[in-house]
Amino acid sequence: MSRSSSINVSLKINGRDHEVSVAGCDTLLDVLRDNLGMTGTKKGCDMGACGACTVLADGRRIKSCLALAASYDGRSITTIEGIGTWDNLHPLQAAFIRHDALQCGYCTPGQILSGLALLDEKPGDLAAIREGMSGNLCRCGAHPNIVAAIAEVAGL
Amino acid sequence: MNSPSFQYSRAADLSDAVIQGSRSGNAFLAGGTDLLQLWKAGVMAPQGVVDISHLPLANVEYVDGQLALGALARLSDVATHPDVARDHPLIADAIKASASGQIRNMATVGGNLLQRTRCPYFRNQGLACNKRLPGAGCGALSGENRQAALFGANMSCVATHASDLAVALTVLDAEVEVFGVAGRRRFPLPDLYRLPAETPERETNLAAGELITGIHVSNASRFAACSTYLKIRDRASFEFAVVSVAAVLRVENGVISEARLAAGGVAPLPWRLSRSEAALVGRAPDAQAIGVAGDLAIADAQPLAHNGFKIELLRNAVIRALQTIGGRP
Repeated sequence: MSRSSSINVSLKINGRDHEVSVAGCDTLLDVLRDNLGMTGTKKGCDMGACGACTVLADGRRIKSCLALAASYDGRSITTIEGIGTWDNLHPLQAAFIRHDALQCGYCTPGQILSGLALLDEKPGDLAAIREGMSGNLCRCGAHPNIVAAIAEVAGL
Repeated sequence: MNSPSFQYSRAADLSDAVIQGSRSGNAFLAGGTDLLQLWKAGVMAPQGVVDISHLPLANVEYVDGQLALGALARLSDVATHPDVARDHPLIADAIKASASGQIRNMATVGGNLLQRTRCPYFRNQGLACNKRLPGAGCGALSGENRQAALFGANMSCVATHASDLAVALTVLDAEVEVFGVAGRRRFPLPDLYRLPAETPERETNLAAGELITGIHVSNASRFAACSTYLKIRDRASFEFAVVSVAAVLRVENGVISEARLAAGGVAPLPWRLSRSEAALVGRAPDAQAIGVAGDLAIADAQPLAHNGFKIELLRNAVIRALQTIGGRP
């Protein structure tokens, strides 16, 4: 792939400023993983279907595999690396562990980011959580436990 | 990734977008949710991508009964806008039935209306498709055509239009505003689309470089209490319609004074069910009138080998939608 016309992009990722040189056709997902070494955000289908690549852009959940990095110049991005710490998990991360809301864990970063954004949308019941999480697939089938974990944090 | 690289540029303003978009081989990028899929699948291979997502066209305004949606308004912002939710619930319902939370945060109104068909023969480079490669033939005609059109298709193309929003906007008599080399134009939404005829690769009546700037819906709040979007799909969420129906009624003194119906998933464009509408006006919204509307909706259906089930599905969807709103004041 020709990288002849690289573009300088400024991204604030998890509160820290990054300047990165990208090709016009680089996705935000690939830039996070390959250029910046932030491999917490996962590549699943790479076609917008599975949600493993979910990140927040200015607080709103998006699929980073369908986002061109150049188009997100100047934006604030939140990835799983910016959520909680080993010693101080985010309440949703702790709830995922309590509810056994993962098996292999590959989809979990996307589930957490998507779930955090959904909590901001204030789902009213379990059906709203199931509907709201339809953009995140779990091949291990942990969906009932994922819904339960989000419901607990939502106070439902 | 094996997809060929492209040049990225950002449109400085609307005029610059038109100039850049007019150049052969260039494609507009708004939310990117369809273009990037098509590019990764090898269905589209633009030489240049012109990013219009930063242009100031993301407004949602409601003044004197006129709803204006900027072409770059995100679907989620439209669906949750108080003036849309309160006075245009049909639009909000159609959007909430579309895609997923992440996609709705990215996808734009204009891009939604211009999304390409989900026909698997179009989306798969290895299969024959006149829309993707004119003259290649239509693999769906004699192949797997479960999701193919019942109306408006021909031997060259049997693909359906996938937008839910377009179906809702059609029954609200929305108009599209576009801007291009010839200046600004405004016309009814259905006129945006073309039937396949002999050129299924030409899906819209937009000129090269011309882009949607906004959508206008006039005086539609009278339908707010009596509208529904019924979407039938293979799974409960994050799926395109097998069949959908947008319906609005106005019932005065027990008699239907206005009826508007359109179907999605059954034609190359949002399919207005004009004969059903005409049969409803002047009648009470009772089982007989609703049944006639259902029968008329499917009168001209032309099924292929695998999509005949959609005929009964459409009839029942029309009936269900009218039952849902027929009893409301």
